[in-house]
Amino acid sequence: MKSKADKKDLTRRLAEIVGDDAVLTDEQELVVYECDAYTLQKNLPTAVVLPKSAREVAAIVRLCADLDLPIIPRGAGTSLSGAVLAVDGGVMIALTRMNRVLNVDPRNRRALVEAGCVNAWITRDAEKHGLFYAPDPSSQPACTIGGNIATNSGGPHTLKNGVTTNHVLGYEMVLPDGTVEWLGVEPNGGEEVGGYDLRGAGIGSEGMFGVVTRALVRLSKTPPAFKTFLGVFASVEQASRAVSDIIAAGIVPAALEMMDQLITQALEEAYRFGFPLDAGAVLIVELDGLANGVEQQARQVDEICRQNKASEVRLARDDAERAALWKCRKRAFGAIGRLSPNYVTQDGVVPRGKLPEIMRFIRTVSERHDLRIPNVFHAGDGNIHPLILYDERDPAQVKRALQAGDDILGKCIELGGSVTGEHGIGAEKIDFMSRQFTRDDLEAMQQLRRVFDPEKRCNPHKMFPGAKRCAEFTQKKQVAA
Amino acid sequence: MSAAAQFLDQAKALSCVHCGLCLSYCPTYLETGNENDSPRGRIYLMRAIQSGQLGAEAAPVRHVDLCLGCRACETACPSGVPYGTLLEQTRDYIEKNHRRGLFQRLLRWIVIEQVFPFPWRLRLALLPVRVIRLLRLGFLMPRFAREMMELLPQRLAGGKLPAERLAKRPAKGQVGFVEGCVMPVLFGNTNESSAELLQRQGWDVITPRGQGCCGALYAHSGQLAKARECARRNIAAFEGQALDAIIINAAGCGSTLVEYGELLKDDPAWSERAEAFSAKVEDLVTWLDESRFAVSGSDEKVTYHDACHLCHAQGISAKPRALVKAKSSDRFVELAESDLCCGSAGSYNLTEPEMASRLQQRKVQHIIDSGAEVVVTTNPGCLLQIQSGLHKAGAHHVRAVHIADYLLEGESDDD
Repeated sequence: MKSKADKKDLTRRLAEIVGDDAVLTDEQELVVYECDAYTLQKNLPTAVVLPKSAREVAAIVRLCADLDLPIIPRGAGTSLSGAVLAVDGGVMIALTRMNRVLNVDPRNRRALVEAGCVNAWITRDAEKHGLFYAPDPSSQPACTIGGNIATNSGGPHTLKNGVTTNHVLGYEMVLPDGTVEWLGVEPNGGEEVGGYDLRGAGIGSEGMFGVVTRALVRLSKTPPAFKTFLGVFASVEQASRAVSDIIAAGIVPAALEMMDQLITQALEEAYRFGFPLDAGAVLIVELDGLANGVEQQARQVDEICRQNKASEVRLARDDAERAALWKCRKRAFGAIGRLSPNYVTQDGVVPRGKLPEIMRFIRTVSERHDLRIPNVFHAGDGNIHPLILYDERDPAQVKRALQAGDDILGKCIELGGSVTGEHGIGAEKIDFMSRQFTRDDLEAMQQLRRVFDPEKRCNPHKMFPGAKRCAEFTQKKQVAA
Repeated sequence: MSAAAQFLDQAKALSCVHCGLCLSYCPTYLETGNENDSPRGRIYLMRAIQSGQLGAEAAPVRHVDLCLGCRACETACPSGVPYGTLLEQTRDYIEKNHRRGLFQRLLRWIVIEQVFPFPWRLRLALLPVRVIRLLRLGFLMPRFAREMMELLPQRLAGGKLPAERLAKRPAKGQVGFVEGCVMPVLFGNTNESSAELLQRQGWDVITPRGQGCCGALYAHSGQLAKARECARRNIAAFEGQALDAIIINAAGCGSTLVEYGELLKDDPAWSERAEAFSAKVEDLVTWLDESRFAVSGSDEKVTYHDACHLCHAQGISAKPRALVKAKSSDRFVELAESDLCCGSAGSYNLTEPEMASRLQQRKVQHIIDSGAEVVVTTNPGCLLQIQSGLHKAGAHHVRAVHIADYLLEGESDDD
């Protein structure tokens, strides 16, 4: 690290900006910030700061610019790709104290929120107006809007509703030199903005353009009617064919999710929803809209599932059962703790028609590496989430888990897909970038990055090949006896 | 890097997969925004202490101390991490391997070990409070003592239950009643109400004499050996009777009573007896039948605060609402963040007054915003904390009452 400041001096100067209780520099307190929900790589940041305002963020960023220190914006740390890993130390700016919903404007269907605001809180405050915030990543009770913007988060309902970029109208960002800019629609501004869509460029930039401090988000009207089905199939292939047929019939479900047997078994143990334990795969199909249209589509979906040999098509009886079903789906990753001490979630995309093929491939990978790989994924948009189970106490298993992930994502590229649907590249998937993109593509991306961050100090060593790796690649720290 | 003692159950600790879904359910994390004060962060610290990466030193101990033990994270956790158990194991280790400052040692020793678990000592300790209040000498006390005093209800009502009270209608059976330590001293009326409700619903109520503290304060503060002694004493006291259930009206005690099986699982002479005891424990609310209450004539708006040790530790949240709604009907309003800890957390409001007071203010603000005039709950600690918070905020129009007292209000005697 090229830091000119010794740690004591840094601590003092940060405390002058945010106060003593908002600066962590003791290694004993930095340990919990050494990784996010991707635990295969770990490294300590030099300091963690917990600012309360954009002004404080700007002052921290300017200080880091003076001292030539990396900055790492962090929300709740639920990233599954090491997006907020302090690869080379640096000052981690945790936005968890800037977590308010500042205002809900039902007339204009907008809400202004701070970057550390938890995704689910927007809907919590908007629902009394019959409105909701659409992007619904599974981690929505914990993850923050700032992080959602960084990774352009999706969720089960992206199939119909779109992803974060379709619902964030504008945001305030502290650029790496400490200037504060508002990109896109301003809090009191009209819906259209002239010029290039820099707002869009920053969404999905994985925190490498600056630190988002506030966001203006779009609220959507809660649909008047829902129908949510659970389709039970003997195999993933049959369920996949049903998915293709539903889309081919011109139906756009609000959500179209698949879970395989290992997942439903873990969820059943956790929540006792009543999943059939012998089913090879289950589909969750949700339709929403006006009651008549939903009714007609529901008959079609039911028919298509049965044509594809669904042994059962169960309709959620009421809101409570629907909520219970979604609770299961959204907590699927976490429930894996019941199966294995560690897992790495992959986030690949394949054309929908290739779902049966990639599922077969994942099964062979699972056998080849002798690792269990349950699957839960957004079938509607071909976004797969194989969960590779391993035990970090066994170095050989860790190696095989990494290789298995590599095999699967390689296959996604081969099938014409992508190595990330929604989790981002982060520190995890850097190696795949040069397999998915040409050198010219990558250089064009780097040029855009340099416009925002010429010195590459903002969340460095992510996304692009050639970045530095953490010296200690997993398993040393939390050694178990 | 030397491996410390294996105080954590390794399989349980490893069932945390670091997903972070617990974060925004944790009261202390919501207040500080510091990952060290979150369940995921604390488990990370516990594992680091266990592996020897960190010692039981001031910084990590500080963050473990700040945990309320409310177990809201267990409700949120998809992996089923038994956080409460990990916390007790860690606190037990910390108590044996970490030396605190003199004031904290004294405070913990007095509050946790010497006073609360003994009703008569508590009664004795309260004598000066009565005198000071009578003479209005509160201003002479040091701040921490004043804060302790503020927690106490304005009316101190004690009262013990007789050993046996018979059902007031054809008896369905008999239940044992756990009096608790704080309840008979500060909320004697509530024990009285609870027994009365049970009698009216057809239960003989037996209150065995040999019972004592449930051990919750010991277990939560890392003194498992003492907690086990309490458990053995209570098991023995209730064992001789043919009981359909063992009823407790304090959520904090209840959550410990249902875990006697876990607490004594390694004690061959007691493990089976402990399991049998725990299997019979029921919170008062789960044992009462809501169909027996009619909508009351009062026009007060009513809300309900979830005691952590009922809703998170025991997973009971629908039943108490059904009971309260049976009497309040459309005058029931939901409380924002109803299942977020009020800051009482056993002896927490005495050992961690600053955080306790922040959470108290947060809770009281939600109660005021709800427009309710009555807030009902199921735990003495929450009652003390909320009553004193309402008092401090000048919200004198709002009453905080135990569910047993609320349910008995306006019920006619001949029912």
